[in-house]
Amino acid sequence: MTSWPKSYPFALFIALLAVVPVGVLFGLAADSTQLFDIQNLRVLGNTLLLMVLTVIGATLIGVPLALLTAYVQLPWRRVWLIVLAAPLAMPSYIGAFTLYAAFGPGGEITNLLGIPTPAVHGLVGATLIMVLYTYPFVMLTTRASLLGLDGNLVNAARTLGMSLKECLWRIVLPRAATGIAAGGLLVALYTLSDFGTPAIMRLDTFTRIIFVEYNAFGLSQAAMLSLQLLAIVGLVLFLESRISGSREKPGHHLTLWPSRWQSSWILLTVAPIILLALVLPLLIFSLWLLRDGTEGFELSYAWNSTYASLLAALVAVIIAIPVAHAAIAGRMGRIMERITYLGFGVPGIVMGTALVYVGLKLPFIYQTLGLLVMAYVLRFLPLAVGSIRSAAEGLDPSLAQAARVLGSSPREAFQRVTLPLTMRGLVAGAALVFLEAMRELPATLMLGPTGFETLATYLWRVYEAGYFGRAAVPGLLLVLMSGLGLALMLSGERRAEFDIKEDHHS
Amino acid sequence: MLKVNNLSVNYGTTSVVKNLDLALGDNEILMLVGPTGCGKTTVLQALAGLIPISEGNIQLDQWQATPTLIVPPEKRNIGMVFQDFALFPHLTVEQNVCFRLTDSAKADHWLTLLGLNSLRQAMPSRLSGGQKQRVALARTLAHEPAFVLLDEPLSNLDAALKDSLRWDIRNALKTAGVPAIWVTHDQDEALSVGDRVGILKDGILQQLAIPEVCFSEPTSRFVARFLGEASFLPGRLEHNQVLTKLGIAPATPINGASGDIDLLLRPDDLSLTIAKEGNGIVDWVRYEGSSRLYAVNVDNGSELNGTQLIVRTSHENKVKPGERVRLDITTTHPLAVFNRD
Repeated sequence: MTSWPKSYPFALFIALLAVVPVGVLFGLAADSTQLFDIQNLRVLGNTLLLMVLTVIGATLIGVPLALLTAYVQLPWRRVWLIVLAAPLAMPSYIGAFTLYAAFGPGGEITNLLGIPTPAVHGLVGATLIMVLYTYPFVMLTTRASLLGLDGNLVNAARTLGMSLKECLWRIVLPRAATGIAAGGLLVALYTLSDFGTPAIMRLDTFTRIIFVEYNAFGLSQAAMLSLQLLAIVGLVLFLESRISGSREKPGHHLTLWPSRWQSSWILLTVAPIILLALVLPLLIFSLWLLRDGTEGFELSYAWNSTYASLLAALVAVIIAIPVAHAAIAGRMGRIMERITYLGFGVPGIVMGTALVYVGLKLPFIYQTLGLLVMAYVLRFLPLAVGSIRSAAEGLDPSLAQAARVLGSSPREAFQRVTLPLTMRGLVAGAALVFLEAMRELPATLMLGPTGFETLATYLWRVYEAGYFGRAAVPGLLLVLMSGLGLALMLSGERRAEFDIKEDHHS
Repeated sequence: MLKVNNLSVNYGTTSVVKNLDLALGDNEILMLVGPTGCGKTTVLQALAGLIPISEGNIQLDQWQATPTLIVPPEKRNIGMVFQDFALFPHLTVEQNVCFRLTDSAKADHWLTLLGLNSLRQAMPSRLSGGQKQRVALARTLAHEPAFVLLDEPLSNLDAALKDSLRWDIRNALKTAGVPAIWVTHDQDEALSVGDRVGILKDGILQQLAIPEVCFSEPTSRFVARFLGEASFLPGRLEHNQVLTKLGIAPATPINGASGDIDLLLRPDDLSLTIAKEGNGIVDWVRYEGSSRLYAVNVDNGSELNGTQLIVRTSHENKVKPGERVRLDITTTHPLAVFNRD
């Protein structure tokens, strides 16, 4: 028997830890009186309907925007790409909250301008919000596929007499199908696990009802519902694993040159999306800030958010290093790494339910910051593992060898070559976990120690109490966090996705 | 008949093609050559309507395009053959060639003519580079374009294949009787298969003439060097004859050159013999199989400071670097002379 890499035992432990929440749920759900009832059917219907409608909407918006950002030569191309991808970085509950407050009778728009607007709530409202904040998934995955295609095929088809529209439909989109599907499944996952939007839109989906059950002390019923939700998530994840991208030999990049008239028309059709998803929330928060000031807000909320998230980031990175190492070391390690990805698929509300139960069984950790940090770590660990692993994988092993041949000890080679080169991935991973944890809502609501108010939970209480004006400061701070998240996404390893390839004309 | 008047193309603020004028007759093949980045591919893309033009106009039988009057590529009836073939990977050879055809007779014709009959049902990924380019050519010609653009069609192929395929392409174009612009960076290709050759540098057309004229009477030293090995020997022009240290030769003055001039010598314009009292020393030699190429430093005379001439000789002629040799001008046709810088 060959000896295991040193990182294996540790990675195995982490993998087992990642399975705990799901295992706990099974045990808890066994106490549930009923497996399924008619109310359940309604929730299932709502959840699936919201998911399907959101996927359709996000595809209808995301695919044309992918074509636009991949191929069309617009002025300030990169800026448009960043702005159009930005909603992805915003937590959707921010959008749900502000659109809910802005529209409808008594909404801010009617108050301010006297224009009657339809209320945004229910299935239609939730779909609108989810589409607005998830279409970038489809846009980015489709765009990445499109950039991998040989643009000369379109040029060839056009010189053979095919119209541009027909080319896009028959030559381009069929080859981008896997990218579109991958984006659609990400949208489905995000929609299934989102808590804030259905809750604020008052749509009875699994996430909302689980929270209701939890508040009504129906923990075992919440667990049963959580398992049902997890089953759907598992199905989507399975579909995702079946998508196999067949890569073409990359060729020339296709560039389309719109006339000035066409450019303005394009920008005009894109504007409403940005207006609703980005500008409106900012305007509403600013309005509240002017009207109500910082009333009710305490700096400790921001500090609590930061403190808990920093802890989570630190722990996640420390744990991620051996997991990433194991994943590179061999097949078994790769499986262990895959298991830790489980947490990412577990919706926050489900993770909350499971860990609340763990807390009840182990009273010494219940209502402690430790349990909350553990929830963050279990959910967002894959972000840290992924970014460390890709940094380490990108490392040419001959670099460390070169250092050794030049006379370095293994320790010196690690310190002077390997570590500096993976540092980027380490920092990026920590930052991603930090930003996600800052914005996390459901698990924080369920696991935060009594009196431990964070930006996200304070925003939630403000919504529940109806003192909307007080959401200004936490709202703006969360938007700022989202902006930082976007900036991070644009730098480092994810930069490739956003690069505008310039053609070399000879 | 294709006419291009005063065509300019800009990317942002950089101008890539400047004030290009061209006119092509029926079934004429124009070779467009130039170093990387000279704008030759851009010219093709502009003619095909794949990029917008900034100035000038392009006319072909049925249409005219200007910076404001945009004609999309599919309305231009222009065929294009791409460097990387651009075959549709999900279609068979036959489906590729028949792409927009309602009648497959034309496709049959070209598939047969280009020797592709046995590959009709093959997928493009199974084909060799040479086969792919034949399919691409068949596809283009079967759609009966009024004009064909070829964007470095041979640059992705093996050297051995290039030689035969260039003639196949030329013959096919001539059979189809369709005019073509063929972009290449290979000067041998340009000189051998083109009816006329255009040399581009920094987006400006330097010379447009038949291959013989471009080669023996280049309008600039750049063109002279780009089209082949070129050495320049100082001399004096008197009554259409040039007097040099190596002898007298008939001359064609370029751009009104007179007085003290530089004479353009190709490696074949000179002969080399071993001679103790010769006029130069061999610097290096390259064996080329059937011939040898020598670089000879001509003796320091009053005005021959540091001149190196390149000479090609039969392979039987075997001289080592450092040996003294004598160079003579052997050509009888007039040689191009340029004003001294």
